Amino acid sequence: MANVPEDLHYSKDHEWIKVEGDVGTIGITDYAQNSLGDVVYVELPKVGDKFEAHESFGSVESVKAVSEIFTPVGGEIIEVNESLQDEAEKVNTDPYGDAWMIRIRMSHPGEVDSLLNAAEYEDFTKAEEE
Amino acid sequence: MSTAPDLKKTPLNAVHRQMGGRMVDFGGWDMPVQYPAGTVEEHLRTRTHAGLFDVSHMGEIDVRGPEAISFINRLVSNDVTKLVDGQAQYSALTTPEGTVVDDLLVYRFGPEHLLLVVNAGTTEKDWDWIKSHHVHEMVELKNVSKDYCQIALQGPDAISILQKLTTTPLEEIKYYHFREGEVDGVASIISRTGYTGEDGFEVYAASEKAEQLWNKILEAGNHTAPDGVLPCGLAARNTLRLEAGMALYGHEINETTTLLEANLGWICKLNKGEFTGREVLAQQKEEGIRRRLVGFEMTERGIARDEQEVLINGESKGYVTSGSPAPFLKKNIGMAYVPVEFSGEGQEIQIDVRGRLVGAKIVKTPFYKREKKQ
Repeated sequence: MANVPEDLHYSKDHEWIKVEGDVGTIGITDYAQNSLGDVVYVELPKVGDKFEAHESFGSVESVKAVSEIFTPVGGEIIEVNESLQDEAEKVNTDPYGDAWMIRIRMSHPGEVDSLLNAAEYEDFTKAEEE
Repeated sequence: MSTAPDLKKTPLNAVHRQMGGRMVDFGGWDMPVQYPAGTVEEHLRTRTHAGLFDVSHMGEIDVRGPEAISFINRLVSNDVTKLVDGQAQYSALTTPEGTVVDDLLVYRFGPEHLLLVVNAGTTEKDWDWIKSHHVHEMVELKNVSKDYCQIALQGPDAISILQKLTTTPLEEIKYYHFREGEVDGVASIISRTGYTGEDGFEVYAASEKAEQLWNKILEAGNHTAPDGVLPCGLAARNTLRLEAGMALYGHEINETTTLLEANLGWICKLNKGEFTGREVLAQQKEEGIRRRLVGFEMTERGIARDEQEVLINGESKGYVTSGSPAPFLKKNIGMAYVPVEFSGEGQEIQIDVRGRLVGAKIVKTPFYKREKKQ
């Protein structure tokens, strides 16, 4: 069973966001890393890049497949997790911790309200498996 | 996870699910792409110890009769008359244009008995193709794909694991040879062949014995130990064959690529007598090919994927047939068709990775070659 922490918000594209003030930390979920398999490469944007909600900000590649990653909220990138360049496998081992991908200064913090909470996301992934 | 009801299943389908295999639709077959250990671990274990693969989806066509050998010899590019009893041969069913209907293994059981082992996704096409050429020869053809399971045990420990289950002296079976024997008391064809670049065996037996063989081999290979045999999915099968530089039908070879372009001249016996496509291949050999299949490795950060464009000096010149990370070599590698004049080792190329041009260079294949113990 995939791990779904209570204190995060989730998108239907399988990203999570942790909100602190107007800054969101974003990564991909345990369910997403598990479906991808061994992650070998993560492509991330640059600090200063701006994205609208649901825009693709990079990609995650496993041995077998490439998957785009989408930001659940719009804003400006203020930090990217450079350590994933050399340790992409952390996405598999610690998707909610060490393998956070970007920090974004949200232009419309209200966008978070339209995301799923933990229980809703869990139901969503269960439905996807059926 | 659910399955579409029309997907075909191998006799090991339930076992894959029990063992946590992630099932995907592979050319109409419900197959495990990986097990919980993951593709990288499955790949590495096969290189260092042993991996077990369900390849029961492959097709088998039985050919018997006084003209079995001469009939098949006119449909394939390699020379079937060179086979002796108990020997297997890599070959291709060719079109009149010298391109590839399918690649296959031809097993010779006797002077009047062959078994063709063909790809899963092309079994029906091959069967129709072969039947359409069967006019008046004294040959009996039978599609026996459903009767057989096929289990591949690959890796340096394959021989010692399988030997625990059979009295057939496996050391005596040479590469690309086979014997009929028993594995755990089950009548089997034990073939020293594989698709991983490792030593190993492919075992064919009655479909209803598949679970028994699978479980016994896992047990004999101590599969819960860190150095035991691991069940492997199709993703590892693909990365293993790619490292070993082996062609995959539908990728490196298909009905638009000729055998010579695909570096398969070694299975084109142009002097053996008439076979489908021989004239075109002979002409192409004489005039020279225009494009060639090459191996490449990425020199910049990025992973090439199937069907991406290859650029040389900024111009589109070819395409990637297979691209992937290579878990054992720890490089990103691939194969591609490029014009012959740019196909030399060391040639710098670029791959269009979703709009980003990433540097690569042409290298020798196979990328990986096991050390032969002697």
